[in-house]
Amino acid sequence: MNRTVLMWLAVGWVGFLILPWYVIEDGFWGLEWLIDGYPFDSDYGPAWAHWLEGDKAWLAPIPVFLLLPFLTHGRLKTDPFYSKVLIISGLGGLAYLVIQGFSIGISGWESTIMEFLFGPTENRQYGLGYGAILVAAAYLFFLTQGIAARGAINGDVFVVSSIGFIIAIVGAFIFFPVIQILVSALQDNEGAYSLGVFFTKLTDKKIWGLDCLYSTVGCGAAWNSLFLAIIVGASTTALGLVFALVATRSGFKYRRVLRALTILPIITPPFVIGLSIILLFGLSGVVTQFVSEVFGLQATRWVYGLPGIWIAQMLAYTPIAFLVMIGVVEGISPSMEEAAQTLRADRWKTFTTVSLPLMRPGLANAFLIGFIESMADFGNPLVLGGNYDVLSTEIFFAIVGAQNDQGMAAVLAFVLLGFTLTAFYIQRRWLGRKSYTTVTGKGDSGTHALMPNRLRFPVYAVAFSWTGFTIVVYCMILFGGFVNTWGLDHTFTLKHYITAFSVSWGEEGLLWTGAAWDSFWTTISIATVSAPLTAAVGLLTAYILVRQTFAGKDLFEFGTMLSFAIPGTVIGVSYILAFNIPPIELTGTGAILVLCFVFRNMPVGVRAGVAAMSQLDKSLDEASLTLGANSWYTCRKVVLPLLRPAIIAALVYSFVRAMTAISAVIFLVSAEYDMATSYIIGRVENNDYGLAIAYSTVLIFVMLASVLVFQGLVGERKIGRREPEKTDTPAQNQAA
Amino acid sequence: MSIQSKAASVTFENVTKIYGGSVVAVDDVSFVVEAGALVTLLGPSGCGKTTTLRMIAGLEMANKGRVLIGDENVTTLPATDRDVSMVFQSYALFPHMNVGENVAYGLDVSGMAKSESRDRAIEGLKLVGLNGYQERLPSELSGGQQQRVAVARALVLEPQVLLFDEPLSNLDAKLRRQVREEIRDIQRNLGLTAVYVTHDQEEALAVSDRIIVMNNAVIAQEGTPRDLYEEPADIFVADFIGDANLVDAQLLSVSGDRADVQIAELNVSLPHRNLQPGSVNIAVRPESFILSTDTTTTGIAGTVDKCSYLGNHMEYSVTTNIGELFVVASDVVTTIQPKTGVKVTLANHGVTLVANT
Repeated sequence: MNRTVLMWLAVGWVGFLILPWYVIEDGFWGLEWLIDGYPFDSDYGPAWAHWLEGDKAWLAPIPVFLLLPFLTHGRLKTDPFYSKVLIISGLGGLAYLVIQGFSIGISGWESTIMEFLFGPTENRQYGLGYGAILVAAAYLFFLTQGIAARGAINGDVFVVSSIGFIIAIVGAFIFFPVIQILVSALQDNEGAYSLGVFFTKLTDKKIWGLDCLYSTVGCGAAWNSLFLAIIVGASTTALGLVFALVATRSGFKYRRVLRALTILPIITPPFVIGLSIILLFGLSGVVTQFVSEVFGLQATRWVYGLPGIWIAQMLAYTPIAFLVMIGVVEGISPSMEEAAQTLRADRWKTFTTVSLPLMRPGLANAFLIGFIESMADFGNPLVLGGNYDVLSTEIFFAIVGAQNDQGMAAVLAFVLLGFTLTAFYIQRRWLGRKSYTTVTGKGDSGTHALMPNRLRFPVYAVAFSWTGFTIVVYCMILFGGFVNTWGLDHTFTLKHYITAFSVSWGEEGLLWTGAAWDSFWTTISIATVSAPLTAAVGLLTAYILVRQTFAGKDLFEFGTMLSFAIPGTVIGVSYILAFNIPPIELTGTGAILVLCFVFRNMPVGVRAGVAAMSQLDKSLDEASLTLGANSWYTCRKVVLPLLRPAIIAALVYSFVRAMTAISAVIFLVSAEYDMATSYIIGRVENNDYGLAIAYSTVLIFVMLASVLVFQGLVGERKIGRREPEKTDTPAQNQAA
Repeated sequence: MSIQSKAASVTFENVTKIYGGSVVAVDDVSFVVEAGALVTLLGPSGCGKTTTLRMIAGLEMANKGRVLIGDENVTTLPATDRDVSMVFQSYALFPHMNVGENVAYGLDVSGMAKSESRDRAIEGLKLVGLNGYQERLPSELSGGQQQRVAVARALVLEPQVLLFDEPLSNLDAKLRRQVREEIRDIQRNLGLTAVYVTHDQEEALAVSDRIIVMNNAVIAQEGTPRDLYEEPADIFVADFIGDANLVDAQLLSVSGDRADVQIAELNVSLPHRNLQPGSVNIAVRPESFILSTDTTTTGIAGTVDKCSYLGNHMEYSVTTNIGELFVVASDVVTTIQPKTGVKVTLANHGVTLVANT
């Protein structure tokens, strides 16, 4: 019998016969079930025990699909019977698992039709546990092996299984939750489907109202979000271009330092900039106090609302725009500009007629990214929003506020998702196809033209003042944690750090007495678990996208990159809606946080992997294949070792993002699993800025350190000179 | 212990490969590569030769037809499961492994003990003259050495068929000759079956037992190097292998296996190659024209238009009433100056009737 089939059969049977079928209350890693009434206790029993006890008869067909693959014994892979059996077993098993999972919920039958057909039941189901997960995995891989045996992708089991696996998890953890949002947007508060309620909510004045145009009442959240996103997109793009020009088209000596600044937003929790803005411009902010003293003006709360969010988001997202723009500006072949110059164009003419038009797609790209980021941002509007309601925070208040209206949250999420998906779609369709990149890989020894003077001075002025402002903002973060009460009492103190991070020696040794330790260690461990998973899923997806061709690949790519366009608050709400009830019951666990991070950050891993893998010549894989290695061996021995830089990037980025994320997390944390960011937000809501700032500072330094540690762990890739020497001289050859 | 050969034949039966539903890369191609022979797939870029090679390797799958290695039908077998190894154009040496690890890679995959695979890798490196280079990284070798490592890596597996995908295209001209002779020697000494892809006709003529010329996804002609050069089947082959002047002529009559052909003022006798009397084409190699400044001899009248000195031969461009002729003359001592009137006659080799396609 085929070894892989045998292995998955073993896994499936272990899942059915040995491990508890349903989720265990004491956590995913708890082992109490082993000594506590296993196997006949109804909480811990494996599937057959549930079935034998007679109360869960619907589990009976499950082993049938696990028996079928034994029929392949003695058959060749090329035998049509072999693939047919595996496909029936896999597809049938999966379908049955899904149907029974959704039909029987916490209170018996989920739909009245089933109740009518099979009679009422007293039984209920819990979330799927280890056993069910293993059985589902076995079914899935029977199916993929069956498909591979039919000749898909040259019959490559590893590749087909990887594709199946990615589709399954993306379906379960991205599409399923998002669909749940749509479903609950269509439901009224009693759970009945109603288009009327949906449209009433959708056209609510709180979303689409235009009162701000003619009265002092605020506009709807959708208009606010849209307006904010447009101005943030435009201004970050402009600033990004300015910095990119300074970095590549000026003789400025320290232009390389600019690149270091781009790491800042990655390691800064999103609302920290908002906090710093409050320290500067809030009612008791340094600048506000100074201005009101010097000019005798009344200090106001002007910064709360649009201006504050705008400034904070510009600070946060300009470096991202810079990263996009610098790639584009550098990508313009210098010979294009040199050609224009030899054709008698002066620098200004060259810039306006050649360089700028070639940058156009980059500008559009930077704008759309700024737009999506601003729409999705949650931390800054929460801290600085005032009366300026935006969609992401409204979603939050619809769930946690007094109204607790899940339907309203779903409708708001639906609107927000509409905006970001549209922007995402435009970015992919319109820009994805066009390539203005003019770097060809051929030797292009020219140098970029310097900026014309009439451009240079304004660009310098903007770049230097913005850099100065950024430095001031970060200094505020650093100093804010060391003063007693900001704005009132500026005496130096360590009390915030002591409150948060004190340790003491007790009778049982070291005691983590600080208030922040709990959430700190939770954050570190969740981030540590999710980073390698994110990298693995991302790189596997990248491998499939770059190296394999199959029908529906475009759709596959769109699906895997989709979560980039889904704002964190939407993910948060959708996870609550989808995973609060069986068959997948995860709320309140650490697993839901890990899963959330894996799928939120997956596009980062994919992009890092795609970029790196496109640089690896495909003939390396093919050489390995023709030498008799299968694609799994090739992946491990050839592709992975050469992808180390991409692995570092994916690991670091997903680790750091897991530590700084707030928007989705704030819905998913529980008393047991509190994250640093939601703890800090809680402090901010209590006006405890000192502690919040101190904690944020510590996070920033921890992330900086972890970036360095990761780099050390993964190591450098050892391949000597990158470019193999293409030519050879007879002299060298004789010497050899 | 030494490297053996398990040479097997390769058979294509009506193989078709279509990319993306509409682009026909290989169209109903059939051929046989005998065990122990070196056969070259030759043709311009885009003719389907690399696709054909990759179908032998199992890197592409045929849409129609059958591929056999030895007697085994491997049509749907992926590369991993075929007993075939390949030398890539880019060499595809794994940059993170040293030379020894690269050569031993295929042996390690097949589950051979570490020590044995290392010994055999050294054996393979000896064969290509690179013993002692095991610890080097590929990037520390010259292009020619990398090329030889790639050959050693493919050889140590003792494959049934060894494939070469334009293996010399990244080497400079001088080295190309040397390496191709080395490849040919190894192939002969071990009695390997080899399929070799190139677009360089000189390389193909030099190394092959047989050449399969491909054009537009089909086989234009196959045969020994001499067959192809001396008896090209059509205009394409005549022009692709070596240079050829294509000249209109009249086939007057056929007698036995010869035909009387009239080219302008010249009458010649050529093998008839199953052509019927009437308008025909003949292909004339540049070196098969003989120029004479004695304008009283019988021949095609013409005027030298251009003349270039290339060290070991002269190249002339001659205007005649049957068109512009490209002529190569070995006499570099008495050169004919431009604007000189000449008479052109034909040598008794390198002149062939070709089908008028």
